[in-house]
Parts: sequence; C-alpha cells; structure tokens
Amino acid sequence: MATAVSTAFAGSRSFVRRDPVLVRWILTGLAFLVLGIFIVLPLAAVFVQAFAKGWQGYRAAIQDPFTISAIRLSLLAAGIAVPLNLIFGVAAAWALSKFTFVGKNVLLTLIDIPFGVSPVVSGLIYVLLFGAQGWFGKWLSDHDIRIVFAVPGIVLATTFVTFPFIARELIPLMQSQGSDEEEAALVLGASGWQMFRYITLPNIKWGLLYGVVLCSARALGEFGAVSVVSGHIRGETNTLPLHVEILYNEYNYTGAFAVASLLSAVAVVALGLKKLLEMKSTQEAE
Amino acid sequence: MSIAVDHISKRFGAFVALDDVSLRIETGELVALLGPSGGGKTTLLRIIAGLETPDSGTVLLHDEDATRSSVRERRVGFVFQHYALFRHMTVHENIAFGLKVRPRNIRPLDWEIRERVNRLLELIQLDWVGNRYPNQLSGGQRQRVALARALAVEPKVLLLDEPFGALDAKVRRELRAWLRHLHDHLHISSVFVTHDQDEALEVSDRVAILNHGRVEQIGTPDEVRRKPANEFVQEFLSEEVALAKAQA
Repeated sequence: MATAVSTAFAGSRSFVRRDPVLVRWILTGLAFLVLGIFIVLPLAAVFVQAFAKGWQGYRAAIQDPFTISAIRLSLLAAGIAVPLNLIFGVAAAWALSKFTFVGKNVLLTLIDIPFGVSPVVSGLIYVLLFGAQGWFGKWLSDHDIRIVFAVPGIVLATTFVTFPFIARELIPLMQSQGSDEEEAALVLGASGWQMFRYITLPNIKWGLLYGVVLCSARALGEFGAVSVVSGHIRGETNTLPLHVEILYNEYNYTGAFAVASLLSAVAVVALGLKKLLEMKSTQEAE
Repeated sequence: MSIAVDHISKRFGAFVALDDVSLRIETGELVALLGPSGGGKTTLLRIIAGLETPDSGTVLLHDEDATRSSVRERRVGFVFQHYALFRHMTVHENIAFGLKVRPRNIRPLDWEIRERVNRLLELIQLDWVGNRYPNQLSGGQRQRVALARALAVEPKVLLLDEPFGALDAKVRRELRAWLRHLHDHLHISSVFVTHDQDEALEVSDRVAILNHGRVEQIGTPDEVRRKPANEFVQEFLSEEVALAKAQA
C-alpha cells in the first residue's frame, strides 16, 4: 500500500520517504519499549516467579490436587463451550452472510453483546436467573438441580462470554466469499449437506480454526463471569484463573504464579497457532 | 428440451425486477436475453434455474410445470458471471463435482467420471489444465472450465449469465464464436444473458430484449435489427452501434 502510494506520486517519491531516520528510530524504539515494559516484562516475571522455588516447587504447585481439579474443570468448561460455540457460530455466520431476512441487524447486534457487556454482568445474569433467589431458583431447588455455584453455571457463563469469537471471525469471511460457489454446487445437484461439507467448510476452514483457537484461549482464561457463578469451592467449582486468585490471596506466590504460568503458556501457544493460521490462510488466498 | 416462462413477476422490496414476462424457448434453440443492466435479465435466468422463486407465474421445462421443483431437480446447467469455480479444487475436481455428488445408485464409476472429465477438457481445448487450480488460469480459461463443469452433468438446458462479461474484447470475440460452434455441436436449449448487443445479435438464434422487467421485443437478430418494435429497442440498438463506432 505504502509503495503503491509512493509510486503513484512518483515525482514526490523522495518527499514521501523523507521521514528522518532519527524519527523512525525513536518511534520504533518507543513502540518496543512500551511493548517490553507492559507485555514482555510481566510475562517473563510470571515465569520467573513461578520457578522461584526451583523446578521442585513448581512441580509441587502444579501437582497439588486442587490445581489438578482446577485444570480439569477449566478443560471441561472449554471442552463444552467451544464445540457449542462452533455450532452456534457457524450457524449464525451462515444465516447472516448468506441470507437477507427481517431482524438480521438485531441478530448481528445480539452476537456482540458478550463483547460489550462486562463479564461480571454476564455472570450476574445467571445468578439472577438460576440462583436461589432467582427466577427459576425455586423450581430448580425443588427438582434438586444446581446451576449456580456448580459446574453447569460455569459452563453456561463460559459459553456466553466466548460466544462471539467464532461467529465474528466467520461473518466477514463468508460475506466476502458470497454464495456463488454454494449456488453452483446446488445447480450441479449437491444436497444442502454436500454443499456445506464440500464447498462451504473447505472455504472457511482456516478462519474457523482461527476462531476456535481464540475461543479456546478465552474459554480457558475467563475470570469475571465465572467468578460470579462459581462460588469458589475448592476442588469443585474452581477453574484455573480462579485458583490463581485464591492462591495469591493466601500469599502462596509460587503456587499462584506456577498456575498462572500454565495460563500464560496457553496464551503463547494460542498466539503461535494464530500466526500460523494467518499465514496458511493468506497463502491460500494467493 | 423446451423452456417456457408464463406470466412471471418478481419484486425485490419496492423494485420490480420482472413484470408479467412470458417467453418460450424451443428445443435446441440459443436465445439471448438482451437489455440494460437492472432490466431483469439475470433475475429471469435465475428463476428458470430455480435459484430465485417468482412471486407469480409458472416455469415450464419440457412443458412440465417446474415452478415448485428445487434447483437440484431441474437439472439445468448454469454458468455464473464470475465463474464461481470451487477455488479449493483442481479443474478436474471442479468438472467432476456434479457427478461425484450423485447418490450412489446413479453415480458413474470413478473411471467413467475420469473419462468424461477428460473428454470435456478436450472439448474446451484445455486438456492440459486438469491438475491446476482455478486461480492459476486466465479469465477465458476459467470461463471454459465453468462451461465444462455445467455440461458434465449432461443438463437438458444450459443457462449462461453474462458468460463473457468479465473478459477483454479479443477473448470475448473468440469465445463467442466458440460458444456458437459448441451449441451447434451439442444442440442443447440455451439461454444467455448479455448487455452487449453485438454479442446477442451475432451468436443467438433469437433475441429477447428486456427493459424495466418487461419484454420489449422477441425475434431473430434480423427482425429486431430491421423492425424494432418500439422506440426503446431502436434507441437501445442504435446507441450501442454509435458507442461501438465511437470506440473504433
């Protein structure tokens, strides 16, 4: 883009490029400085703190039964939330990008609600609905079903908060691809499922995986909404991020940072995958 | 197989795309739908294919009411304006798609499919591109592959939406002659949409001129040239001639 502009103004090419070297260096340097102080340094600090008591201390913290149960619960919540949002996301993106219907814009706005609303509010919604004093509270307790302060609440809150990731990733992609290829498949005699399986899915696969990565990272890391509905019962309703907070509040810094390092590792892996998927999809676009 | 549309109307919101259009295309005929953009040509083509449902009126394929049958059931060949080739499949896979998605009991064997694809590639004079992907082909090549893909399922009717619209003038002229030649060879009822008067008059057996969702005139190229039915047809045809002269 920048070169296109500068060649378009071929006569003033040197003028466009004449940002003094010093200015460029200062700007780049500043960017790296800010990045270093606010992102790299804290991330490094997490790992340094996690290994403050050596490899033994780290292992002990990770192998603590409460940590193991927190890992299990986080994986369970993400393991349910991500597939659900995969289905919802593809369905919503499909409906929004391939059809025109009344209420389309309303649906588009609704998808964004979890992004706009504070996670605390997202959690409170479920307490209001399913809590002991909530709308369905009495009915639920009569039937001995626990949602709030139990695993179902955590899964619900995680699903709600991570809902937009996959849909948001797919909508612009599917809109830009249009429905020509799908129509061509139908004319050639494909059924609806064959069209989806052989045409739509291959065309969106990288975007879809990208959305799944982001969605999984967020599902594992979600704190606010889950915190409200969890009840912080150790070994039962504690997810990884909640467990970090508890350990930290108990002045168990090594433990807290060891668990935090797991979450940080998830983030780093997600980032790497994200980059890889971006490269893959641009490769295919060319 | 003959195609007939009978009193077809279609609106998109307040916009009237087609207003009581009736038209009959005989077996083996090549008919052009000609007119300015927004005149309803593409909508009519999509209604014949079943990609769009008319608000009223009927579509008859081989004198049988097909208005309510699905795109799949109509078994038409459709060539899209921007080719709509499957970008993640090779040319060979693109052409084979219509055969591969058939239910097992009517699907040809793998080697039969391969052979038919190879024959089609020869027909479009591109037997050397089978393993390439659509984005490795030129516009004119893509257009021919799109046509081969449509023909692979042996449709009874061929519909082409601005088949040469996105190509440069030289390739257009070549493909035009080639399409006419192909049509004479296959003898399959065909309808193609164009806004290019030269194209319509040169290639087709008959021309239907559409404007504001209405058929202004239907006739052989000679008839519409010699006896324009009304002022619009006369002006539309002469405008294009004037434009062509200005460009020359």
